[in-house]
Amino acid sequence: MDQPEYEVLPKLHVPQTAVGVPAESFASPAVFNVDGVSVYYGSFRAVTNVSLTIHENEITAFIGPSGCGKTTVLRTLNRMNDLIPGARMEGKIHYRGAGLYDTAVSPTAVRRRIGMVFQKANPFPKSIYDNVAYGPRINGIRGKGQLDEIVERSLRQAALWDEVKDRLNKSGLGLSGGQAQRLCIARALAVKPDVVLMDEPCSALDPIATGRIEDLMQEIKSKYTIVIVTHNMQQATRVSDRTAFYSVLRDEKSETRTGVLVEYDRTVNIFENPKDDRTQAYVTGRIG
Amino acid sequence: MAATANPGPGQPTVDLREPAGWRRTKNQFATIVMWAAFVITLIPLVLVLYTVIQKGASAISWQFLTGGPIPPNVLPLGVGGMGPAVIGTLEITGLAALMAIPLGVLGGVYLNEYGGTSWLAQLLAFLSDVMTGVPSIVMGLFIFTIWILHFGYSGVAGAFALACLMLPIVIRSTFEMLRLVPDSLRQGSYALGATKARVTVTVVLPAAIGGIVSGSLLAVARAAGETAPLLFTILTVEATNTNIFSGANTALSTQIFVNATSPYVGAESRAWGSALALIAMAFILIIIARVVTARFTRYTR
Repeated sequence: MDQPEYEVLPKLHVPQTAVGVPAESFASPAVFNVDGVSVYYGSFRAVTNVSLTIHENEITAFIGPSGCGKTTVLRTLNRMNDLIPGARMEGKIHYRGAGLYDTAVSPTAVRRRIGMVFQKANPFPKSIYDNVAYGPRINGIRGKGQLDEIVERSLRQAALWDEVKDRLNKSGLGLSGGQAQRLCIARALAVKPDVVLMDEPCSALDPIATGRIEDLMQEIKSKYTIVIVTHNMQQATRVSDRTAFYSVLRDEKSETRTGVLVEYDRTVNIFENPKDDRTQAYVTGRIG
Repeated sequence: MAATANPGPGQPTVDLREPAGWRRTKNQFATIVMWAAFVITLIPLVLVLYTVIQKGASAISWQFLTGGPIPPNVLPLGVGGMGPAVIGTLEITGLAALMAIPLGVLGGVYLNEYGGTSWLAQLLAFLSDVMTGVPSIVMGLFIFTIWILHFGYSGVAGAFALACLMLPIVIRSTFEMLRLVPDSLRQGSYALGATKARVTVTVVLPAAIGGIVSGSLLAVARAAGETAPLLFTILTVEATNTNIFSGANTALSTQIFVNATSPYVGAESRAWGSALALIAMAFILIIIARVVTARFTRYTR
């Protein structure tokens, strides 16, 4: 197993700051600067004016009720929303200083750096090996030895190697739900992305499979930056360093609703000392 | 296992059978109707096969399938053979498949993956549906008008006519198969940095290939038996013509027509024999379609 290359950032229940030093001075470099982002699907404004900064080698959780736009924001980070007809974005997102939505930017190049794991495991109808080798292959890696090495490394990182090493040429669709999701994680890791976006990766999994994926996230976060959308608040407290709470804002007059970012802070603050009443109500289960 | 049980003293009896009455009657009625429909559908199929085998089997021999030239109608069955027609059918249908399948698959890919709801895609989908309904003899007349009148009869003209018939079927079956490919697969591929072409070629088409192959081969099998479009385009001669691009040609289906309309014993036998040969060719194609489909879809289950 890969060892973390350096001491990971302090997490929940660990004192956040050294005496007299503000927490932010520990902050790792920013990977994403999201600035005033609104996303429209046709005339429907799904989220309004979201601004936040996502830091390197951290796990950032997006939580909030259904329809609050957390998945929408996640999908702007690797331009997956471009694929939805009628989707449109306002505002700015910088990825390591580069404008993600500049006209010269190729969404394909973006997605090679910023991978994604979906809510429902979506292995390709190919062999397990070909599933993992898919990304490297489309990036031009053809050598058998090199691909073998990447497939093994990725499957080990995804904690799936021991379960599938004897049936790499069997269909990826024959795996159980948890295995299939780890296969999808391995597939995303095989292209050595910089960032892994996870859209409710455990929502269809049992607690044991969920636990394995959470362990896996902790193991790989020294090498990757992870953003995870989750409906499970315990999961956010268990895995994430920072949490963004989104909520739905209803306009009674025009009968419209839109998602807004309510609060973004270190996970421990969001759950133990939220500044906003709506966050307080949500994290304590009194959803208002 | 009894569907009724008495769990114990003082407790109601459990009865898990379908309650008697209207519901059970409806169920029995529907079951009978379905079985009857199945049997009725089977009757013409079995009768056709039985008749063709009964009357055609005696004509089949190696000489009949490969020998040639095709003798004049008045001669008995033992003379010559249908070899030229077998070769002609293989040539013409093969060339038609070479033209129609790639074009049709590309058309289906355009309609589902690229066209979306654009007016061009909608127009093409509409036209291809209309084309499915065009009687095959009209295709023959169409090719006759635009090709034969200028370049004369040839196998390639017949292939054009058959390709026109196959094209809408291939487009439609490809389109329907691609529609069944879940969007999550496309998204998974896009998320790894694949371009649209890459997504289509490496994920979408492989996921649908089984259906596309079997749809295409069914179109080929259908085209192989088409008679009307060939009557106007290949002229139906007696000698083998391996040059598909020039000169009149021949095919099994048109030979059935020519021989069956002749009042001679030999001609009648040749017609039945050709019919059996044609059915056997279609049957082999469909078996190949099954095998290929199973091979291509081994990862989709």
